[in-house]
Amino acid sequence: MAEAIFEVFRGDRQGGRPVTYRVPIAPGMVVLDALHHIQAHQAPDLAVRWNCKAGKCGSCSAEVNGRPRLTCKTRMDALPLDKPITVQPMKAFPVIKDLVTDVSWNYRVNKTIPPFEPRPGAEWKIYQVDVDRVQEFRKCIECFLCQNVCHVLREHEEMDHFGGPRFFVRVAGLEMHPCDSKSRTRMLKEDLGIGLCNITKCCTEVCPEEIHITDNAIIPLKERVVDEFYDPVLMLVRKIRGAK
Amino acid sequence: MTTEFETHEHDVLIIGAGGAGLRAALAALAQGAKVGVVCKSLLGKAHTVMAEGGIAAAMANVDPADDWRTHFRDTMRGGKLLNNWRMAQIHAQEAPERVRELEQWGALFDRTKDGQILQRAFGGHTFRRLCHVGDRTGLEMIRTLQDRGVQLGIDVYMECTISRLLKDGDRVAGAFGYWREQGRFVVFRAKSIVMATGGIGKAWKITSNSWEYTGDGMALAYQAGAELMDMEFVQFHPTGMVWPPGVQGILVTEAVRGEGGVLRNQLGQRFMEKYDPKKMELSTRDVVARAIYTEVREGRGTEHGGAYLDISQQPADYVKKKLPSMYHQFKELADVDITKGPMEVGPTCHYMMGGIRVDAETAKSSVPGLFAAGEAAAGLHGANRLGGNSLSDLLVFGRRAGLAAAEQANQISTISTDPGQIEEAARQMLAPFERNDGESPYAIHRDLQETMQNLVGIFRNKEDLMRALEELEKLKERAGRVSVEGSRLFNPGWHLAQDLTAMLTVSEAVARSALAREESRGAHSRIDHPGLDATWGTKNNISIRQGSAMTLCQSAVPELPSDLKQLVADEK
Repeated sequence: MAEAIFEVFRGDRQGGRPVTYRVPIAPGMVVLDALHHIQAHQAPDLAVRWNCKAGKCGSCSAEVNGRPRLTCKTRMDALPLDKPITVQPMKAFPVIKDLVTDVSWNYRVNKTIPPFEPRPGAEWKIYQVDVDRVQEFRKCIECFLCQNVCHVLREHEEMDHFGGPRFFVRVAGLEMHPCDSKSRTRMLKEDLGIGLCNITKCCTEVCPEEIHITDNAIIPLKERVVDEFYDPVLMLVRKIRGAK
Repeated sequence: MTTEFETHEHDVLIIGAGGAGLRAALAALAQGAKVGVVCKSLLGKAHTVMAEGGIAAAMANVDPADDWRTHFRDTMRGGKLLNNWRMAQIHAQEAPERVRELEQWGALFDRTKDGQILQRAFGGHTFRRLCHVGDRTGLEMIRTLQDRGVQLGIDVYMECTISRLLKDGDRVAGAFGYWREQGRFVVFRAKSIVMATGGIGKAWKITSNSWEYTGDGMALAYQAGAELMDMEFVQFHPTGMVWPPGVQGILVTEAVRGEGGVLRNQLGQRFMEKYDPKKMELSTRDVVARAIYTEVREGRGTEHGGAYLDISQQPADYVKKKLPSMYHQFKELADVDITKGPMEVGPTCHYMMGGIRVDAETAKSSVPGLFAAGEAAAGLHGANRLGGNSLSDLLVFGRRAGLAAAEQANQISTISTDPGQIEEAARQMLAPFERNDGESPYAIHRDLQETMQNLVGIFRNKEDLMRALEELEKLKERAGRVSVEGSRLFNPGWHLAQDLTAMLTVSEAVARSALAREESRGAHSRIDHPGLDATWGTKNNISIRQGSAMTLCQSAVPELPSDLKQLVADEK
């Protein structure tokens, strides 16, 4: 039977190294299947986060051959098998153990975002054409691959000043909800640091849900921030009126 | 040994963070209770996230003739009248309000032309009734509930697993568990507890269920003295993926059939004509699952042992819009373009109709202070659940459980946890580390899955079930000698060793109940007892712990009041 060679990161907060495993290949096999095979036959304590194994929960994110992927959707027959397949934890987040990282920062950011607040007297008559674009944002499965690959977080570690693509998508879903009444523009500018994004589209490239993060969420939100805070005409009007 | 652990105090502790748990948390929070939610995975990853087709609620947006009465009748008939009628009534009456509430909390459903929530057809439902968002309704629901809960201030304990309920005399007083990240122990003291832990699919080899689905809540409640009911009724969803091997069992939503998908066998025959000529592909799940299974067994299966499910007669854009995740799932995992050709599908273990026996109004179990909702509870669905009735179940009874649990907590001034119980729970948890020569939990799990798949599957008979019980005894012995490698730090092998205990308990209840029920009803099909039996039609099987042994008894199905009886009998 054909075999694949894996180099899987084993370690914890103190450090670690890649460990080699050989796994028999079955038709249609995905990388998560291989990790399960390693758990069942070679390393029962190999830490892997996963839930649905169907691309719906966004738990099994890792870096396969250096590419951020959902391991449940990464087919082995799409990878070159003449050299070892490397599997590493997401780089942007601290390692807990093996392939499991500490993603709690994301949950803390999420908590700061003002929730949906319906317009008083909203009639809940909503047309499909008005929800199409918002529904795109709500497809997000929170795999955090976009956060992992975003250089503002990955290289510059601006966790204290930047929300990251996931939360721009979330804010876009709220801001563009036809019945929402709140404005989160100031928050985007000051707390979530949307200005730090220089639209390299890395996030869009890795999104397993194919959400057009940059074009449909980040750029329109940047425009809102610009309109509200940097529009020269409005700035002049505010100055004259003495408003902030 | 003195166990080290941290302690948290709550009025209401909710175990499980899917739709039922989160809806319960919101309800309890609204009553002013201090609420904690323990979740086995990260928040938002619970099994609800995988629900695809929709939420059944008689909103009559698409078919104006729909009302709660028709929904009630469909649910009772689908459940082969073994349902708790009062639960079915409450469910049908309250579901529309629960859906509207979700919308007001920010959920965005697909819309009708006149701007209302769109509803689609589904198996066993007389009218188009399922409120949906493409084929990712569960994701929309869980995000809406989770974001609201977090904002309103529920405490969430992520990647935390409960291994035992703590009792103060007769009543529950808390729970013992551990944080997966560090392997540290934790004790929750709580005046009431809501079990919202979902089902048990991981005891079967071919299943649509995620790793979490190991029957934890049912086993914990059973150990604490609660009654389990209707455990023989395990739903095999007719359409799971069958190829390639790695994806076997992954769900193919019923919405494919709801949107017009057609089932055919290898010979190209639309075989549902034989099994249910009236409802065809939209017959109830038990009927369709048996039909596919029978076609395959009689040699008319597809190359990989399934049936063809074809939606390619619909326009490609429509399929991609209404079934986007199915489109991607088949394209990426099976190299099949469902807009151009058929999918191969076969039955997959999907849902447990049985569970913790609860009171219809309050979701309270037979153990004071312990409540249950969602898949972990029994009663609403009887012998077979209709698609779409699960998400509505979570909302309706999650809310009721949360309300009742908060009310109960209000009436209790103090509770105390027993250090002896905590010590014992810690000892049990650590035992697998102390054995060096035991077996791997993975090997035992594999054998359990084979046993349940082969002997307690879609079609059952006395001989197989007796053998299953013998096998389960052996597996229990092996699980008692399980050993794990490595440290307590995020150790999946250690976790599986705990899960095995729960899976074995619940599997035994399934096999015992299935052996006792000598008839075929809904999802329970006995080859040696085909057809309904009138006497069994009036009984629910109840599993209860006596000492260390499981005993089975029967309880009378609550009788319908005459007006509802008439309603169910009406030919329409």
